[in-house]
Amino acid sequence: MTGHPENAALFVANEERAHWHDQSLWFVRAKRDRQASGIPEWEALRAAASAIKTHTLSRLADYLEEFERNAIANGIQVHWARDGVEHNAIVHQILASHGVTRLVKSKSMLTEECHLNPYLEAQGIEVTDTDLGERIVQLRKEPPSHIVMPAIHLKRQEIGDLFHIELGTDKGASDPKYLTEAARGNLRSKFLGAQAGLTGVNFAVAETGGIVVCTNEGNADMGASLPRLHIACMGIEKLIPRAADLSVFLRLLARSGTGQPITAYTSHFNGPLRGGEMHVVIVDNGRSRILGQPTFRRSLSCIRCGACMNTCPVYRRSGGYSYGYTVPGPIGSILAPQRDPKKYASLPFASSLCGSCTDVCPVKIDLHHQLLAFRKVLVDLKAVPLQKRLSMAVMGFVLSHPLLYRTGGSLMRAIVPRLPRGLAYGRWNPWGIQRELPPMPKQSFRDLIQKEPS
Amino acid sequence: MSSRNAILDSLRQNVPPPASRPGPITGIRYADPLKQFEETLIGAGGRLVRATAPQDLASELAKIDVYANAAKVASLAPGIPSRNVDLSAIEDPHDLEGVDVAVIPGKFGVAENAAVWVPGETLTPHRAIFVIAQHLILIVPAQEIVDNLHQAYERLHWSPNSFGTFISGPSKTADIEQSLVIGAHGARSCTVVLV
Repeated sequence: MTGHPENAALFVANEERAHWHDQSLWFVRAKRDRQASGIPEWEALRAAASAIKTHTLSRLADYLEEFERNAIANGIQVHWARDGVEHNAIVHQILASHGVTRLVKSKSMLTEECHLNPYLEAQGIEVTDTDLGERIVQLRKEPPSHIVMPAIHLKRQEIGDLFHIELGTDKGASDPKYLTEAARGNLRSKFLGAQAGLTGVNFAVAETGGIVVCTNEGNADMGASLPRLHIACMGIEKLIPRAADLSVFLRLLARSGTGQPITAYTSHFNGPLRGGEMHVVIVDNGRSRILGQPTFRRSLSCIRCGACMNTCPVYRRSGGYSYGYTVPGPIGSILAPQRDPKKYASLPFASSLCGSCTDVCPVKIDLHHQLLAFRKVLVDLKAVPLQKRLSMAVMGFVLSHPLLYRTGGSLMRAIVPRLPRGLAYGRWNPWGIQRELPPMPKQSFRDLIQKEPS
Repeated sequence: MSSRNAILDSLRQNVPPPASRPGPITGIRYADPLKQFEETLIGAGGRLVRATAPQDLASELAKIDVYANAAKVASLAPGIPSRNVDLSAIEDPHDLEGVDVAVIPGKFGVAENAAVWVPGETLTPHRAIFVIAQHLILIVPAQEIVDNLHQAYERLHWSPNSFGTFISGPSKTADIEQSLVIGAHGARSCTVVLV
């Protein structure tokens, strides 16, 4: 598998598109800032959200049991899955026992993580993603490139061409209003024809035994209110203790993610439709292991708002696909290597460590500190390329030996300017691929200071 | 061991140190919550109508184009009749497809985000009505506008097997080039009538 630098190189090769992508996301980040600055108690809200999550994680097993009790009392059937394979099998078993052949889905990053769609399709079930962005990438047979805006990497002309082929829209038409209307018509027939609806879960509430789903389009409500069978899939970290806690998270979620005060629909599902069935599948898939790691457990507080992606200078300029994982950006670069450190070893390095992600995170995850800490883990695991490990070892040795450092410095100043370009920018110097070395100063800083009159 | 117990055991083995709950948050207050509600609603793509008294409601509704021109109106609001739809005769929510306008009473509104709370009881017998109708009109008592979401949740009570939703403006999407389009899957317009 190729790492982030190789994938990103392909993305930045199209300079015009990379710039456009950067600007699109910065526009969302600016909207977030306007919303945040309109709330005087913004920082208190972030602190409260962070504290509620830390508290919940400290008693997660108890709260999950409380949730299960109350959900059952609501008439909800609760299932537990250790991993993605078990999750997919449970969902399929529920669908199969009802003879479901047509399923409508609203957004769920968990089912992306578990690769549910291809699994169900292989069993002969038609799966329709109904969030417009998800529908677009589903028709293109691509994964989402952003967790909140799945098709942020695509231009309207590309979507117009896709809809012309898939939905029969006019050739060359690319007006977003026209394309959205076409998708609305097509997906409405899918909603009306579906025998089951599957949704993700934004928040599960232990106190009520219910779940909350937030959408702007209303697709979760269509999918969970027309067919009699509703399946909701959640990671164990989606839990919060009380319904009143929702006020803290809902004030932060949409403001941080898309720069709106709240999503158009915030629906509280505390049981099945009359005469219907509701199932909740609770999934671990590696999360309980992360809970046992003090340095990284705060990553489980994530509410999937996407703010860290929108602000990240690396994400904005390299695109979601460069990460090669379901959740891209700073939070994905911590979650992915937890799953497979060797496979995703390049991700914690896909950051300038500028800290912007940490500044915007609504639940105050120490993202850039975790990215740095993970680099150490990867070096210890020897999951980092030999060249990087060797150069770090040499650097560490030189920096801890002052005489060597000084001698090395004067040698560099004398030799480097005389080197032929082919040698100075040889393969040994990946730093110089797109950058010029700074001009060598005649004197070191130490020389300058010593000559200064005290 | 069942997966349930395996997960709970693993969580208990990996349990972090105890951490207490934070105290309550004092949310933002507005000098004129109604004005804030209206501005936020417009920002969310919705529209506000102020009816002065309950008896004016029918005449105010008649002034709303989508209502005046609707062939099928499903009303859950007391005193406002449905038009060409007999909600009590509908067995299957799929038969609600084709409803032009739904008129639904909201319990209260929230000034900071223009959300209107619609409890499930109001939507009986078919909760799909709020999202399947082409246009939405929400009737909200003018004195029932709270400042912020914390106050909103203080007012909510949870009965077993219930449903409730906050609706803030019409259905929308910006999934094509961040270009805002009103009317994704749900309501193409959302008018809040304050009484």
